[in-house]
Amino acid sequence: MTNPILRTEQLKAFYVLDIHGEQKVVKAVNQVDLEIQENEVYGIAGESGCGKTTLLKALYGAIEPPLRLIGGKVFYFVDGLGLDVSSLGIEEKRKLRWEYVSYVPQGAMSVFNPVIRIKETFWDFINSHGGGKTRDESFEIARGQLHELGLPVEILDAYPHQLSGGMRQRVTIALAALLKPRIIICDEPTTALDVVVQRGVVQMLKDVQAKLQNSIILVTHDMGVQANVADRIAIMYAGKIVEEASAETIFGSPFHPYTQYLINSLPKFGDKSTRESAPGNPPSLSDLPPGCPFHVRCPYVLEICKEQMPATSKLEVNHKVACWLVEERQDASSS
Amino acid sequence: MTFIRGYLIPRLIQYFLVIFIGLTIVFVLPRLAPSDPVQRTIAQLRSMGSYLDPATMNSFIEDLNEMYGLEGSMLEQYGAFWVRLFHGDFGVSFFQFPTPVNALIKTALPWTLVLLLVTTIISWTLGNIIGGLAGYFSRSRWSRVLDTITMLIRPIPYYIFSFGLLLLLAYVFEIFPVSGGTDIGRKLEFNLPTILDVLKHAFLPALSLIILGTAAWFQTMKLVVQNTNSENFVQYARLGGVKQGKIVSRYVIRNAMLPQITVLALLFGQIFSGALITEIVFSYPGLGLLLYNAILTGDYNLIMGITALSIVAITTAILIIDLLYPLFDPRIRYS
Amino acid sequence: MKILRDLFKDYRFGISFIILIILLIFACLSFFSPYDPTFWGDVPRDLKPSMTYLLGTNSKGQDIFWQATFAVRNSLIIALIASSVSRVIAVLVGMVAGYKGGLTGRILMFVSDVFLVIPLFLVIVMLAMLVRDKMTLVTLALLLAVFGWAWDARIIRSQILSLREREFTQTAVLSGTGTVPLVLKEYMPFTTPLVFSTLINNMSWVIGLEITLAFLGLVNMEIPTLGTMLQWAISYQAVLLGYWWWILTPIILSILLFVALYWLSVSISEYLDPRTRIQRVGA
Repeated sequence: MTNPILRTEQLKAFYVLDIHGEQKVVKAVNQVDLEIQENEVYGIAGESGCGKTTLLKALYGAIEPPLRLIGGKVFYFVDGLGLDVSSLGIEEKRKLRWEYVSYVPQGAMSVFNPVIRIKETFWDFINSHGGGKTRDESFEIARGQLHELGLPVEILDAYPHQLSGGMRQRVTIALAALLKPRIIICDEPTTALDVVVQRGVVQMLKDVQAKLQNSIILVTHDMGVQANVADRIAIMYAGKIVEEASAETIFGSPFHPYTQYLINSLPKFGDKSTRESAPGNPPSLSDLPPGCPFHVRCPYVLEICKEQMPATSKLEVNHKVACWLVEERQDASSS
Repeated sequence: MTFIRGYLIPRLIQYFLVIFIGLTIVFVLPRLAPSDPVQRTIAQLRSMGSYLDPATMNSFIEDLNEMYGLEGSMLEQYGAFWVRLFHGDFGVSFFQFPTPVNALIKTALPWTLVLLLVTTIISWTLGNIIGGLAGYFSRSRWSRVLDTITMLIRPIPYYIFSFGLLLLLAYVFEIFPVSGGTDIGRKLEFNLPTILDVLKHAFLPALSLIILGTAAWFQTMKLVVQNTNSENFVQYARLGGVKQGKIVSRYVIRNAMLPQITVLALLFGQIFSGALITEIVFSYPGLGLLLYNAILTGDYNLIMGITALSIVAITTAILIIDLLYPLFDPRIRYS
Repeated sequence: MKILRDLFKDYRFGISFIILIILLIFACLSFFSPYDPTFWGDVPRDLKPSMTYLLGTNSKGQDIFWQATFAVRNSLIIALIASSVSRVIAVLVGMVAGYKGGLTGRILMFVSDVFLVIPLFLVIVMLAMLVRDKMTLVTLALLLAVFGWAWDARIIRSQILSLREREFTQTAVLSGTGTVPLVLKEYMPFTTPLVFSTLINNMSWVIGLEITLAFLGLVNMEIPTLGTMLQWAISYQAVLLGYWWWILTPIILSILLFVALYWLSVSISEYLDPRTRIQRVGA
């Protein structure tokens, strides 16, 4: 029984750039199908430049030139009804933001208005979304929120520059959870933080999810964090999702060659052998090779990989892979 | 406390230092000239056809020397210069002999001050607000039209613009009086007809300064806002679904104003000079006109007095602006 | 050349470029003038524009058209000399202050701040009064140059400061590049366009100041410039007497010059600014 909260169908979003007369198309999100369930932590992992952030922008409905929605749809399931995000008006989208789906940005160093106190920022967010609360009421709400999440209430009276980077990141999470949204999208919340602060941030995310029983989409290339938090993980490569399964499956029995490289490159306790990562570099998103984008670096490359893009097939019930090897294996097992 | 030590004290030291250097320059310049002010005055008199016998000539030269503060060695002159300065004594005017210079300045100063302050405040505020909105809605029709209009107005120097305005509105279409601060012979009393008369005369010079000033602030603010638009905290507020009105006023313009305050301080010297030039064109009875007459008659004391006063006035205005800045930027207030 | 083509896409650059070329040609015509610009009474006075006298004649008995060619030429020469000299000062001060930093930097910036704060106009007036008789084109240009560098020195300094923090500076220093070659060779490609755009702004400022000084009678009135032309017209009551061709010629020429220079500088600096470049892309 699925309880989807967000779904995409064949989502395509490209950057169309016009550099002095020459057109350049960056295929950042290249046919993505995914479905996020209620009450789960969905991780998206991949190298830098694979299109993760663009995917998040598309999911959030924040597509602005030079980014363009080329094809596909994004559906929000608000109160049981599936809404096509592209059919929503600007005001409708604005209302949904923060109340239905909220965002934790990467690098919270400069996301707060430097000339107003933190509590005023809370007030701005609360005041812009229904409720008709007065200023003092909203300060109370903010205080309550911080208290619940274990943050010192005094920071409300501070200006952003007076807080440390880690504290600012945690405030963004508190802010994101403020209106109890059904989905919280986190874009690399732990990058650029030291390990100790990272732990605090990760713990906070877990607390928030446990309290609100909502869904969290967590984008990060840090597999350690994914292992800690995610229920399901999607591996993204060159604008496509190449594998999606439960966290245990991804770490325990990865199928896609890229995922295998990713997992194998992680250090393990006691294992002192050299770590190996995938040879070569990820392709430029404006100049993709034909067929499967990974075939250039793949140790199991077949002829068909060089010509045709593999379709996403179901390896097992909750394990999807986009790789020609699936057919190979099926052929082999059926013969 | 750090604010006082870190910001206030250095600023005050700079203030006094600049005034000291400026006034020293005022002292030094005439004495650097290839010809001596006394000789020039004599030459000027001679060219106007007067003749003095040698005895009278010598005592006249002595008087001139005393009047111009040229007695004694350089050091003695410098000392006497500062002593006189502290007494507010700039010597005696040549152009309106024997009226002391500071009497002339005292009459002219209020006219200039009022004109300058009123027009600067109006054009700064107006230009920043309109420029801010134009920068935010930079793709709109009206914003681009305003942009082109200001592009035509801004480069024109004060003199030509004022002159053009004078030609247009006082000669061609005789709407406004051609010159002066009031109708000839009117006494300055505090009643309605006088005030209206003053306003009528002040209108053209004020209009000239306001148009030029607003055009300049419009342009700079538009650029600043276009940059501020892409700041992280503005994008974050948008992602948070904060209402547009709030974003424009609290996030964009509030922050864009900060560099504009600094620019006001930097440009104040130019704004002041521009006001003087405009006064001359409209024969407005302020420091500008006084300066013009001083130049025509070769009245050194008057020129020095006006220059010295201007240096103090401008530096003080800049100091006040600089001290007001922390009120608007909490990063300086608490750092 | 590709750069030129891109610049021409901006209508402001196109228009201002054409206007400036026209004005330059106009100024060069002065070399073919049949009259000496300092002579009076060469032609009948106060004639309206006609086929013989394209822009009419003035009360001094001079052909306004040919006077104007000299006026534009001289104003441009003053502007070029003054701006070039002040560029050199600005670049020197800005680079040293930016790169050396520390005490030298702060002293230099303080000096430049003093120049910014002191009402230059008044100081120039004082100086001009003193050297009034000896004022030639070049002297005037140098006088204006001495006061026109402060603002731009500050701009150049900020740019050098940000360049200094970039990685390639570290690399160059560590590989043994000396300070002077580093600044000249590595930074020049970045600062040259900036210097160029401030040059144009400065030229505009100089021409405006010259006109204002002429208005105050502080320049040599015999040399035809845009300022002196206007001033002669005013002192001969051209407005009251209705000799509009005499007054309007310098006014319109100067306005054309100012607007063209400004549009040129704005379009170039917008072209150079990487942020506006991205905004232009993909709308």
